[in-house]
Amino acid sequence: MKIHEYQAKEILARHGVPIPRGRVTSDPKEARKIAEELGGTVVVKAQIHAGGRGKGGGVKLAKNADEAEQYASEIIGMNLITHQTGPEGQKVKTVLVEEGMAIQKELYLGMVIDRNSAAPVMMVSEAGGMEIEQVAADTPEKIITEVADPGLGLRPYQARKLAYGLGLEGDLSRKGVKFMQALFDAFVKNDCSLAEINPLVITEGGDLLALDAKINFDDNALYRHKDTTELRDLDEEEPLEIEASEYDLNYIKLDGNIGCMVNGAGLAMATMDIIKLAGGEPANFLDVGGGTNVERVASAFRILMSDDNVKGVLINIFGGIVRCDRVAQGVVEAMKQVKVDMPVVVRLEGTNAKEGGEILNSSGLNFVVAQDLKDAAEKAVAATN
Amino acid sequence: MSILVDENTRLVVQGITGSEGSFHTAQCKEYGTKVVAGVTPGKGGQEAEGIPVFNTVADAVKNEGANAAIIFVPPPFAADAIMEAADAGTGVIACITEGIPTLDMVEVYKFIKDKPLRLIGPNCPGVISPGKCKVGIMPGFIHKEGGIGVISRSGTLTYEAVAQLTARGLGQSTCVGIGGDPIIGTNFIDCLKLFKDDPQTEAVVMIGEIGGAAEEDAAAWIKENLTIPVVSFIAGQTAPPGRRMGHAGAIISGGKGTASEKMATLKEAGIRVVASPADIGDTMVEALKN
Repeated sequence: MKIHEYQAKEILARHGVPIPRGRVTSDPKEARKIAEELGGTVVVKAQIHAGGRGKGGGVKLAKNADEAEQYASEIIGMNLITHQTGPEGQKVKTVLVEEGMAIQKELYLGMVIDRNSAAPVMMVSEAGGMEIEQVAADTPEKIITEVADPGLGLRPYQARKLAYGLGLEGDLSRKGVKFMQALFDAFVKNDCSLAEINPLVITEGGDLLALDAKINFDDNALYRHKDTTELRDLDEEEPLEIEASEYDLNYIKLDGNIGCMVNGAGLAMATMDIIKLAGGEPANFLDVGGGTNVERVASAFRILMSDDNVKGVLINIFGGIVRCDRVAQGVVEAMKQVKVDMPVVVRLEGTNAKEGGEILNSSGLNFVVAQDLKDAAEKAVAATN
Repeated sequence: MSILVDENTRLVVQGITGSEGSFHTAQCKEYGTKVVAGVTPGKGGQEAEGIPVFNTVADAVKNEGANAAIIFVPPPFAADAIMEAADAGTGVIACITEGIPTLDMVEVYKFIKDKPLRLIGPNCPGVISPGKCKVGIMPGFIHKEGGIGVISRSGTLTYEAVAQLTARGLGQSTCVGIGGDPIIGTNFIDCLKLFKDDPQTEAVVMIGEIGGAAEEDAAAWIKENLTIPVVSFIAGQTAPPGRRMGHAGAIISGGKGTASEKMATLKEAGIRVVASPADIGDTMVEALKN
């Protein structure tokens, strides 16, 4: 799960990470008030989940409260397009108004769980403010990492290594160690999957601050963080994906026109791949999962059909524990509820595939029955074009 | 031979009295697996599916000689269940549970790292040595005993590959679903090492997916160490970056872990990479001819 910058900063601050003074608002008049309270130059920052906000015109430096109000009124309600939002952009609802900083240097600090060492790892780089992926690709030697012991956490000596690695000295190195330990604490206590401070800045006054902050949470751990769940912003998500999540379905909307319903994540991805190889474009990823029953299949079918781009449907089920006859019943049920005026290609394999096929054939509904995976993809593409 | 599980496997089912646990206990038993015990805390002394239930895995090991465990415990308690099985000395632990928090698995990994055991999964279909033993949720009837080792990060996609092999008369030595999570107990290389030393295994099917670098690591190992044919498919060639494709581990992050990258690395290592998941069976037939 993703959250906004201002929410990430609030969480980090609770764990002792120093952040700039500021507040969030959806009202330009309030933005003026915040700017007056802060005094001097302020930064008005659009709050959307996607990165690249500055380049898209969503971050402005305001010299006074007048400008702060003006920029806030321009940014709030704007459709912000960045390299991460896609061409349709994302509507801005709120801005974060923060004190302006005289910056001496920009650094990078990040934390993830490393798959290879199966442990949390902290990374720093002197190349702050840049895309860390780019730094990793071009100059990997500029990134210093420390793997934390799961039981012991990030030890002070490890934080010192990172701080000195960043070129922090004297008082700043002590501040750096404190900063990193606070970040580690926030990461572990909140079950984060990613935390990124980019840039981490050294101010002219000799302080270390999280000028920007990004936090992602481990979806699997949300059950033990009710307060985190409340930070979810549904406006940032695709409406069909929200509906799917209510039925516990794994659905991701894509740009093509062949709607897919598959059991299992791997097979669902493979089905998308084979559609593409056959010359078509998948409209979605949809894993109906293992404990599939008639109602779930019917909901899944309804959701994938609600996408206006869908011109044909491919149902690919490999019955293991999931029984093909139940899936067939669900599809027939759904097609009775939803008016379907497009081709539906069905491929059933595995447990009770024969019974499932009979249910489809005797339903009086119009299905294209496919023999195997390749046949299914080719038929779906042919029927859709 | 075969790897990990066989006719000597004595299985304990953790979470045997739950709906999933009891259903799959019956299925494993029907396949011929020696299911010797179940564990549900507080239900020790009862029976489930005609199998004695114990309060702890240690009791199941002591009383019934269990040497392998399968876990159907819900996510909040699954990490502890793995540690319990590890502590009780079961040599193979298959954790089927999906949705275990990653930081829980960080602790589990540290706990089991130096113990003489193999954790399969979590978030996996388990492991089957056709004709001998099934410790998992895969449909037994699509398998056939033979010489192909199968390793996969996915469940139903593995069934797809197995069905293609069986339809072409190619049986399997052992099929291992290693799981779709970012942190798993057994990776591709662990399985490849076991297959290398297994006289029954003549070739390997390796099914990967987007996210992480496990396939690239496996490619490097295969290039140096394996002489038998390997056929591979990578799922997610059309997956968009930054989105988690069902499996917690199936995500392209920071431009890393794409299917095309993995396919190129595998090809360079001399592995037969198929672009279409429908070509796994035929490509293996071809590979065995050469």
